[in-house]
Amino acid sequence: MNKLKIILNGIITENPTFVLLLGMCPTLGTTSSAINGMSMGLATMFVLMCSNVVISAVKDVIPDKVRIPSFVVIIAAFVTVLQLCMQAYLPELYKSLGLFIPLIVVNCIILGRAEAFAAKHNPFDSLLDGIGIGLGFTLGLTLLGAVRELLGTGRIFDLTIFPEEYGALAFVLAPGAFIALGLLIALVNTLKTK
Amino acid sequence: MLTYISIFITAIFVNNIILSQFLGICPFLGVSKKIDSALGMGAAVTFVMLLSTIVTYLIQAYLLDPFQLGYMQTIVFILVIAALVQMLEIVLKKVSPALYQALGVFLPLITTNCAILGVAILVIQKDFSLVESVVYAVSTAIGFTLALTIFAGIREQLNWSEVPKAMKGTPIALITAGLLALAFMGFSGIKIC
Repeated sequence: MNKLKIILNGIITENPTFVLLLGMCPTLGTTSSAINGMSMGLATMFVLMCSNVVISAVKDVIPDKVRIPSFVVIIAAFVTVLQLCMQAYLPELYKSLGLFIPLIVVNCIILGRAEAFAAKHNPFDSLLDGIGIGLGFTLGLTLLGAVRELLGTGRIFDLTIFPEEYGALAFVLAPGAFIALGLLIALVNTLKTK
Repeated sequence: MLTYISIFITAIFVNNIILSQFLGICPFLGVSKKIDSALGMGAAVTFVMLLSTIVTYLIQAYLLDPFQLGYMQTIVFILVIAALVQMLEIVLKKVSPALYQALGVFLPLITTNCAILGVAILVIQKDFSLVESVVYAVSTAIGFTLALTIFAGIREQLNWSEVPKAMKGTPIALITAGLLALAFMGFSGIKIC
């Protein structure tokens, strides 16, 4: 398979947020602002890249029966690495993303890609797939975060577009997450049929 | 006693696990097409959440904390939950085939339900005692079942309405969930003690 195609596949054809609809919990839970969404996306991308490479490197050693538990342990190990690094170097961000960092372990995207891609391809291709899907996820989260931040507070990445008084606060809170994502997916569906 | 009631009400209505904390969205969108399966999923989640919270709480208190192994929390918890679900499946199959028939299909899905791991970590973060943790786990699970069942009821009705083409399926489900979350925000005024 063409190397560039693997990356583009993750960003467009199999975009985890808008097409595969995987990893909905962090998608809704951490996108109250564009920067939070982007950080969550990058954190997930880091774990996805590492776990994809390691899993595809050891796939022939692991017996088929204990495949899933072993994958989970590998993923959990990288999540712990990420947790400790973030606590040390980015404590503010770690606090604002909160529970969703340890919960990367149960993000279906990561186990899904391990099972669907890394277990069948070589480490380099798996790395590219991790980058592609990771970028697609980051893009989706940043977009949703930007939409919510703009409608809720009139800012994108803390850059004021219109005064805060005109924003609908509900978009930063829980209901806005569901509604904004629903509308974005509807938009993607419309673009796809055209 | 008042703290328990407060934990109970808060976990079900004010901080509903799905509609305000965004945990367990996958089963919320996936298993909410029929009320029956929503109730089954709710029962399975309640069962596993209660068991896993007790087990992980004890592991944290008697294994990880005394030996300063706090950084192993994520790995240990997810393994314990996975093993627990697997064991539950085997035990249920043997002891109560009827219950296994009802809950069996949902059990494998539960390992990757982030609400389970989320609650296990949350009770540690919130510094709850064992009894408080049990109350919290049960009421969170009730809140989960409540939201799932209401949502399934709405979606059954939604089948009969005309939805614009682009909004069919997930988009309209998400917007419905948004309105439900808006309704649940009304509870945030409740304060006990």
